Amino acid sequence: MREIFFSQAINEAMRIALEKDPDVVVLGEDVAGGEGREDEGIEEAWGGIMGATKGLRKAFGPERVRDTPISETGFLGAGVGAAVTGLRPIVELMFMDFMGVAFDPLLNQAAKLRYMLGGKARVPLTVRTLVGAGVRAAAQHSQSLYGITTAIPGLKTVVPSTPRDAKGLLLAAIRDDDPVVFCENKSLYFSKGPCPEEDFEIPLGLADVKREGEDVTVVAVSRMVHVALEAADRLGEEGISLEVVDPRTLSPLDEETILVSLEKTGRLVIVDEGTPRCGFAADVAALAADRGFDLLDAPVKRVTAPHSPVPFSPVLEDAYIPDAERLIEAVHEITD
Amino acid sequence: MQLDRDTLLDAYRRMRTIRLFEEKLEELSLAGKLPGFLHLYAGEEATAVGVCMHLGDTDYLASTHRGHGHCIAKGVDLRGMMAELYGRRSGICKGKGGSMHIADLDKGMLGANGIVGAGLPLATGAALTAQMRGRGQVVVAFFGDGAANQGSFHESLNLAAIWRLPVVFVAENNGYGEATPVEYHMKIRDIADRAGSYGIPGEIADGMDFLDVYEKAGTAIERAREGGGPTLLECKTYRYYGHYVGDPLTYRTKEEQEEVRQTRDPLELFERKAESELGLVSSDELREIDAEVKRTIEAAVEYAESSDAPPPEDLLSDVYVSYSGAHGDA
Repeated sequence: MREIFFSQAINEAMRIALEKDPDVVVLGEDVAGGEGREDEGIEEAWGGIMGATKGLRKAFGPERVRDTPISETGFLGAGVGAAVTGLRPIVELMFMDFMGVAFDPLLNQAAKLRYMLGGKARVPLTVRTLVGAGVRAAAQHSQSLYGITTAIPGLKTVVPSTPRDAKGLLLAAIRDDDPVVFCENKSLYFSKGPCPEEDFEIPLGLADVKREGEDVTVVAVSRMVHVALEAADRLGEEGISLEVVDPRTLSPLDEETILVSLEKTGRLVIVDEGTPRCGFAADVAALAADRGFDLLDAPVKRVTAPHSPVPFSPVLEDAYIPDAERLIEAVHEITD
Repeated sequence: MQLDRDTLLDAYRRMRTIRLFEEKLEELSLAGKLPGFLHLYAGEEATAVGVCMHLGDTDYLASTHRGHGHCIAKGVDLRGMMAELYGRRSGICKGKGGSMHIADLDKGMLGANGIVGAGLPLATGAALTAQMRGRGQVVVAFFGDGAANQGSFHESLNLAAIWRLPVVFVAENNGYGEATPVEYHMKIRDIADRAGSYGIPGEIADGMDFLDVYEKAGTAIERAREGGGPTLLECKTYRYYGHYVGDPLTYRTKEEQEEVRQTRDPLELFERKAESELGLVSSDELREIDAEVKRTIEAAVEYAESSDAPPPEDLLSDVYVSYSGAHGDA
């Protein structure tokens, strides 16, 4: 199979969705860039901050691929209003950190409209957003806040780790009739992987076992899947076999695949770039305690970012992000 | 703007329905029959009706926490509304929304909203849908003077202006953001002045006078429908009750309230103008409507009280359209 960048996978999914469904629109800051300057020969200057929307404005026009002002409450809220009245908007929230200025449309509108209206409303909105540290962007452009959206009933949260997953999950998210927060890790953006050319969907709520193993189950999403795979390679050399489970979507969460793996290995480590309190790692640990207690042969371990903002200094930032070293250490603690 | 008899009678019926509906709700609430909070619309009838007379079922409306009047003006079923306020299964939102989220998408009513200012971005998005569909639909966003200080107000007006969206932003300036007078919470006298910041027209109507609202809203809505973009229409109005039922109204004087009721009451003003000045309707006709409306509301109360509460399984329905992984439900 051909290999493409993560960014291309995102772009292809949007292109296919725009081609096949006239109700799909893209809204966001600089999704084109330089809008309104055609007379000066400027068209689609950026294609999004990371280039994910490159070519879409040219292909589908400024009506369907719309630059917005820097006005997150306005355009995210408009995305909700457009979704509830029949469009299928993809809204790009440049960095998930910016949710801070535009939380109401997600928290109180998109997530709750269907319920408040007694099931009469559908909110087929996809919010694409960047997460993750590692590019020296410091405290306000690096957070992995998917735990917050996962905790909100009414929203779905997707955290892909490979180009193939990104494309199939994004197509499923766009076509889903519920609001989906789609978290793209900026450190994965220019990583390559195999990805089909055609239109395909990966169902939300279906985990993928990225590596089969016998001794310890490692649950990871997004960039941490690759950390887990690196640890699996290294521990394999010393005879410890990791099974790497990638839930791919945090809401809904495929609990069964995690428990089936736990049944085989009896040991569980969760590695997460999010902070440790009330987050993804804590959630999966609670799942193991609730539903998998009898399967456990050792304490559940969590390897996460610390309870701290993301620092700027490269030395500090590298220490912030969980790595294979720390994961290996945690595995040793429960296998020695 | 030309007004015929039927339009006037229809408008009066809607206004009287709002007034009697709200009075009934206060009575029911104080009697302990209605759960939760109620923000009553009485006093502001001419604003909702003056605007909504120009809208059809395919036009959209985004409302506020004070949303019953907008619902009634937009034609939402009274029985379904009353049952909703009682929290019954037969409610328009199956008893899951209540007063602060009362809505009916079939009537283009996108919902009351518990978050001040949250309706404006939703209306802006609905206007994007309307613009892209190209069927001449229009959207109205009602909001209070308090919401005019929210970021969502400014962001929505700007977005709607640059995209020339078919939306009319209707500020219901009733003089108070909860318990805080408008003279304190903004430095300018007229919210309509803020339109200039976004390059759109700003108009002021006497929100107690149906004819004035009807005329100015008509102009703004027609402009939006024809592709002329948004307007900010400020309606100067007054709420007869407190911010919520139970509000002791300690922030405004009795004299002020009495004066408004005696000199600016929207229903009396309507009657005076429609009967004496226009000579298009008679007081007898209006009294007949009053009696009919009263009966309709009583019937709605009976309907609500005889309706069942939601079954326990309703707790978990309608959270998602679908929510299951490949391995089963969550």
